Amino acid sequence: MAVLTEEQSMLRDAAKSWVQEKSPVTAFRKMRDSGVELGYDTAAWNEMAEMGWAGVIIPEEYGGSDFGYLSLGLVLEETGRTLTASPLLASALGAASALILGGSDAQKSAWLSKIAEGTAIATLAVDEGPHHRPDKVATTVAGGKLSGKKTFVLEGMAANVFVVSATSGGAIELYLVAADAPGVTRTKLSLADSRGAANVTFDNVAVSDADKLTGGAALLEKTLDRARAGISAEMLGAAVQAFEITLDYLKTRVQFGQVIGSFQALQHRAAKMFTELELSRSAVEAALTAIDTDAPDTPELVSLAKAKMGDTFHLVSNEMVQMHGGIGMTDAHDAGFYLKRARAAEAAFGNQAFHRDRYARIQGY
Amino acid sequence: MADFGGTDLEAFRGEVRSWVEANFPAALKGKNPMQVEERNTPSPDMETWRKAVGSKGWGTPTWPKEYGGGGMSSAEARVIQGEFARARAYNPIGGMGVMMFGPTLLEYGNEAQKQEHIPPICRGEIAWCQGFSEPGAGSDLASLQTKAEDKGDQFVINGQKIWTSGAQWADWCFCLVRTDTAKKHEGISFVLFTMHQPGVETRPIPLIAGSSPFCEVFLTDAVADKKNLVGPLNGGWSIAKRLLQHERSGLTGAGGGLGGGGKAIEQLAKEYVGVDEEGRIADSDLRTRLINNVMNMRAFQQTAVRAMVEARGNSSPSSATSIMKNAGTSLIQERHEMALEIMGHQGLGWEGDDFSAEELGAVRGWLFGKAFTIFGGSSEVQSNIVSKRILGLPDLTQSK
Repeated sequence: MAVLTEEQSMLRDAAKSWVQEKSPVTAFRKMRDSGVELGYDTAAWNEMAEMGWAGVIIPEEYGGSDFGYLSLGLVLEETGRTLTASPLLASALGAASALILGGSDAQKSAWLSKIAEGTAIATLAVDEGPHHRPDKVATTVAGGKLSGKKTFVLEGMAANVFVVSATSGGAIELYLVAADAPGVTRTKLSLADSRGAANVTFDNVAVSDADKLTGGAALLEKTLDRARAGISAEMLGAAVQAFEITLDYLKTRVQFGQVIGSFQALQHRAAKMFTELELSRSAVEAALTAIDTDAPDTPELVSLAKAKMGDTFHLVSNEMVQMHGGIGMTDAHDAGFYLKRARAAEAAFGNQAFHRDRYARIQGY
Repeated sequence: MADFGGTDLEAFRGEVRSWVEANFPAALKGKNPMQVEERNTPSPDMETWRKAVGSKGWGTPTWPKEYGGGGMSSAEARVIQGEFARARAYNPIGGMGVMMFGPTLLEYGNEAQKQEHIPPICRGEIAWCQGFSEPGAGSDLASLQTKAEDKGDQFVINGQKIWTSGAQWADWCFCLVRTDTAKKHEGISFVLFTMHQPGVETRPIPLIAGSSPFCEVFLTDAVADKKNLVGPLNGGWSIAKRLLQHERSGLTGAGGGLGGGGKAIEQLAKEYVGVDEEGRIADSDLRTRLINNVMNMRAFQQTAVRAMVEARGNSSPSSATSIMKNAGTSLIQERHEMALEIMGHQGLGWEGDDFSAEELGAVRGWLFGKAFTIFGGSSEVQSNIVSKRILGLPDLTQSK
């Protein structure tokens, strides 16, 4: 765990106790069983917003606290532990970053305060197929009309506004498109991880220069790097919790007259997981810190964090099911939730293969 | 210890810099005193430099002044380290006495023992070796059989030690001996004896990588004075455990070469394997594995930095040490294997002008690197320790 300021410690402690009290995994289970279309519990989200979590990276003039990405990462780590589903990642981190980095005063005034309050949900609409390929954009803007189809948009059903990547005159740009604008249609996706996601179609949606963010492809990359680091923090929390649940099971489940955690075959796999979690924590915290300090090697540090965290969550979620045995296969047990969350999070904003390749390209090989 | 503020620290830096300029022999720039040739017959320059640093206590800057150390804060020690590096000067005071034995004796030794043994370590006069492993006691170190019998003022020692690094150059040995055969861990004592006596015979062990610093040590009625029993009789095991922590924290960075200095592995790959039209390593299978290794190595380095930041102010090794050894050594071995693969047949040269120094270094490094996951507590023992000490799982092997 990074060395924290007093404010950061308080923020983390507040998140820890709220999550335990108000948002255990049973809350996630209840949300899933209810089949709620948004993919999250609005009452819980309102509580999170009231505590200021939606404004952690947002400047004070727009109602945020401007505490930075490591701070928001601390909250995401805690909410990740219990798989809390909320727009914190998509709206208060992903889309908010695009607005902070590339928004005009008017655009910021229109959206950032509402995002910080939690009264508006914004989200990134970037991917166009089953894989994250942000540099391949088929969505276009021509003659003031935006057209295209975006896939797997996180919190796509809840969003009031989309940050849409599109090419205009061959160059990638980001546009703000209100969800209720004529020509926007969305369909809910039912995914294994039960989180809110949608496919969104833009059919000749009217956009003007006032809707365009400043920064083009570079802004998109910077924004995505923030989202990638944020989801890595959430994955860290989930993976640590999955490991702790599994470790607890190793200490209590008895077979052959002894707890199964006394078997070396399982002990060494547990030690391996612990090692990988420690390495992953370092990578995630370094990426968030790099963003906060605007370090020149931020892109490669973010790719390192997302790839490493993806590998580790993959490992831990598989081992969680395997070490629990039959009970881990049942829907009544939480192991399946962690397994499903792991794969969805791995695929989001670039999987391990994507980020390994990106890391090497940045380094020139 | 002086509590230096920023300004005083800068003044101290100036002082160290001028002292280094005045005392460091230019001929030693970049020369490692631990290299075999310097160890066998140190040059007059190295002797001068060792005496100069030793007399200031700067080779062991944080050790207490009354025993010959520098008596300094870790901030001041970093200043010295930084200034030495700036002048490309190696610290001439090193070896097992500094890395492992000294810190352990400072913690567990009595006053007379500290007075006798610590100052020569600080001055770099005495080389120590570690008499721990035996032919029948490797991972299960506590099963050691070398026996010490009580003969009044002395212990008389009989048995055999193995993998005793640097025994052929050592003046003294810190040694684990059995003083009670009825108990396992509670029958072990920690004694010190001189290597310059008739009952001690050393024999170097050639390894798969060629010659090595490792030796066998045969003890035939070797003698240790009673005053050189460290800690209580039969109380040596807890001292040994502590010493191993110091050893492992030192071994974490093992491997140098491909881990730190030398040409970057990705550069080697580009040269030997070639690149595609986009500048990527042409062998995509190799490229993927190589990237993975490079990224994991970076996460490992980030973890080392994080552990240091988190432990700052706490002088004892953190519990992260046991994790670090396995993570670091496996990555270095993987890298050695890849270097060989990258060089192809050129990476298998044993000697001769047909191969570059880098190629010959790669094959020796690869072979010697196999030791990293065996010595200082094998990977399996490290995993046992993590399971037991950190994860709190039941202990079946008594791994320490």
